[in-house]
Amino acid sequence: MPFNFPLQPPRASSFADQHDALFYTLCILTLLFTTIVGFGVIFFTIKYRKGSPADRSRPIYEDLRLELSWTIIPLILGLFIFYWGASLFVTMRVPPKDAQEIYVIGKQWMWHVQHPNGVRENNTLHVPVGKPVKLIMISQDVIHAFYIPAFRVQMHVVPGRYTTLWFNATQPGKYHLFCSMYCGTQHSEMGGTVVAMPAKEYAEWIANGGQSTTPMTMEQSGQKLFTSLACNNCHGAKDTVKGPSLYSIYNTRRRMSNGELVLADDAYLRESILRPHNQLSAGYGQEMPEYQGQLTEEDVIKLVAYMKVLGLPTAAVPTSGTDRGSAVTTGARNSMTPLSSNAIQFQQQGENPTDATPTSRKGNLSVNAIAAQQEAAGQ
Amino acid sequence: MSAIPVDPTSAGNGVISQPAPAASETNYINEFGGLKSWLLTGDHKRIAILYLISVTFFFFLGSVAAAMIRWELTAPAGVVLESDTYNKVFSSHGVIMVFTFLVVAIPSVFGNFFLPIMIGARDMAFPRLNLLSWYLYMAGGILILAGMINGGVDGGWTFYTPYSSMYSNSNVTLVLTGVFIIGFSSITTGINFIVTTHKMRAPGMTWFRLPLFVWAHYATAVVIILGTPVVAITLLLVVFERAFKLPIFNPELGGDPVLFQHLFWFYSHPAVYIMILPAFGIISELIANFARKRVFGYHFIAFSTLAIAGLGFLVWGHHMFISSQSMYQGIVFSLISFLVAVPSAIKVFNWTATLYKANIRLQSPMLYALGFIGLFTVGGLTGLFLGSMGTDVHLTATYFVVAHFHYVMVGGTMTAFLGGLHYWWPKMTGRLYAEGLAKANAIIVFLGFNLTFFPQFIVGWLGMPRRYHYYYLAPEYQVYNIMSTLGSGFLGIGFLLPAFYLSKSLMNGRKASANPWGAHGLEWEIPSPPPSTNFLQIPIVLDEVYDFDPVTEYEQDRAQQAIEHAHEHPGMMDSHDETASKLEEGGH
Repeated sequence: MPFNFPLQPPRASSFADQHDALFYTLCILTLLFTTIVGFGVIFFTIKYRKGSPADRSRPIYEDLRLELSWTIIPLILGLFIFYWGASLFVTMRVPPKDAQEIYVIGKQWMWHVQHPNGVRENNTLHVPVGKPVKLIMISQDVIHAFYIPAFRVQMHVVPGRYTTLWFNATQPGKYHLFCSMYCGTQHSEMGGTVVAMPAKEYAEWIANGGQSTTPMTMEQSGQKLFTSLACNNCHGAKDTVKGPSLYSIYNTRRRMSNGELVLADDAYLRESILRPHNQLSAGYGQEMPEYQGQLTEEDVIKLVAYMKVLGLPTAAVPTSGTDRGSAVTTGARNSMTPLSSNAIQFQQQGENPTDATPTSRKGNLSVNAIAAQQEAAGQ
Repeated sequence: MSAIPVDPTSAGNGVISQPAPAASETNYINEFGGLKSWLLTGDHKRIAILYLISVTFFFFLGSVAAAMIRWELTAPAGVVLESDTYNKVFSSHGVIMVFTFLVVAIPSVFGNFFLPIMIGARDMAFPRLNLLSWYLYMAGGILILAGMINGGVDGGWTFYTPYSSMYSNSNVTLVLTGVFIIGFSSITTGINFIVTTHKMRAPGMTWFRLPLFVWAHYATAVVIILGTPVVAITLLLVVFERAFKLPIFNPELGGDPVLFQHLFWFYSHPAVYIMILPAFGIISELIANFARKRVFGYHFIAFSTLAIAGLGFLVWGHHMFISSQSMYQGIVFSLISFLVAVPSAIKVFNWTATLYKANIRLQSPMLYALGFIGLFTVGGLTGLFLGSMGTDVHLTATYFVVAHFHYVMVGGTMTAFLGGLHYWWPKMTGRLYAEGLAKANAIIVFLGFNLTFFPQFIVGWLGMPRRYHYYYLAPEYQVYNIMSTLGSGFLGIGFLLPAFYLSKSLMNGRKASANPWGAHGLEWEIPSPPPSTNFLQIPIVLDEVYDFDPVTEYEQDRAQQAIEHAHEHPGMMDSHDETASKLEEGGH
């Protein structure tokens, strides 16, 4: 994979231009002073090296004018930068009165976003372009920090107090969302995507209950269900003690716990979702809950459709570049790896997430990566 | 600097003011034998050696952790470690490097060894307290290591609450207890420095004849004594909250998690100056002695040191612009942060100006000193990005911060430590090392350092948060991480090579003369290695510090060159031998 060398983050909010003007001014100052000092050091070192013929008569050891000038000039420059930085900060801290409010809850290790009309999303934040948005944030456990590099905004999310963050997105697109305050095991996976949408699209999206109006294929709907039901927590890319892998099992013969060989066709898959205990795969017990009565037939069809393509080469399933390891390997590894347990807990708790306790996790991909995959799948 | 000389003709050349040593001389190393004589010593020089061995050991452990971090970050989804392990590795790296190396290394090794000698004293004011400080350091260090080996610790070296006090399942209590004990080691060292500098200066050693190294350590000691108790109390509160559920920082019980940050940074920002001021002291010595010229603006450097020590206590809030502290509070902290930047700038300009019309010897310690100026300049200037509130919002807690403080801490403190080690090694051990290798190593460190940390500025500016194990959400950061890891390989060589050639010099290095560099300062007027009592008779100081005469030396150099040219053997001798022999010619 040829590397590219990105030199600046995307500029996607009204702060980005203001911030970058100050940033680049500071870069120029840094370059200027480093050059002055570096040039001085190198030039003097060569000119006045031992035994060089340079004139050393009348050396000076103290010069008040020089001292004052290299005290006062940096001081004035510093105060100028201070004023610039502080006034930008005040702008970034004081949201306009008409800003649209969105609530953000940070918890180990996910971002839970609540839009005013009730639409909720995890590790993804949809915002309209061209309208100020104010996030009202609080943490449920430790200190987190909400960071959107493309918007140049970052703010701690603290337990026991509300903090706010506002921005005005200017460019539609998808941008990184990070937690930037160390918060435990999965700190580096507590992030996702900020989706800046044109105001009209955003209005449609929010009116539609947070669903994209673009129709999804059966496989895509199935993939969405697969993650939201946390199937991938136990059914990963490889067989684990928790559950067998579902990769490429469609239309293969499977050994059951009673020794029987069964063809994994549509009927078998449906049966295994609704009443898994009737036909247990060899080596597994009755860990999987029954989904009878919890899923509609429509849902089951979608899930089965997804399982048919799960594990097939990349072209068959919508995948993304955010798969774990894809940037180092050839990208051939497929999209589904298990959902982390805390994310599942969160989903299972539904309305009452406060009882969640963080649990540790071993090597599984978190909800973020899956969310990113879904994004890339063209949801 | 010269003292009342036995031989009056040697005045002004910094040559021996002491009675000529006997042929079979005893020194602080060979006067007493046996492990017990080392472990129960009150000699500041032996304690410094004990410290040198211990800090080198801890630095090695911290570097291994750094190497693991760099290896793990070559791929966006990690290479071998689990996230929990990675989190413990980076926390161990921070804790070991900050609390057992950076805060301790220069004051406890070079400060301990040379501060008494530089002011013409026979030892520290409180030798047994000095020994106690080493035992406290070792006790704390062992507790920290025990915590890391037996299950590990996470949370980073900053231990923000309520994560550290309520949520972390690692050995936070044990490690914080270790840090707490090491704090007392710092305090005892600080007390010794202050009392020794006040009470034990030789006759004629006025405050403004003190080498800048002593000024730097004096200021550091003040910061240590004022700051360390605060962090000790803070860490103890975290331990109490963890162990006894004492609600201080836990919001569920009415505590305030942000209070911890205020208390922590009240010490830990000044701690940055505890780490860098002694380095400034070393650099002033190196620049003066290898430029062979009095440091330009001596008084300004001395007072800028005190200004940094004082103002350094009023800027802690610049670590907390986005922490939910009041906006107005942040503005005041930002303003004072820009004020404290000025004295650092003054130092850099003065060092550079010292080189003007100097007589520069590019020996290995000087290469480290010049490298320091460049790296510290970049480290200091990138601090402005973070002191400026508008840019800090984006850059704080990213790799930009990581790069910034490594430029100051590794490019600054570590480079100065290496420079000081090369400068004083012949004095401390009585042996000369391979100068050619040492020079090459200075260049390896400089280049390796820049390759390691410059890419981190860019990847931080792109938005990569620090303390991230995985960055598969943003795989475009990979290329800079790979560059950084490559650089860290070179930097690792630059740290291992001195361990090799310095150890080798102990076995078969040539014996060092009393003053192999032709440097000025009381430490160069006593034998190498020094006798246990430092001075056979207490010197009386008559001259100013760094009393070089570049004009005369230049003329001598030219004459020497002419003679060498006539004798047709140019470049046969090592440059420091030349210096020494020339000085003897000039002196007698």
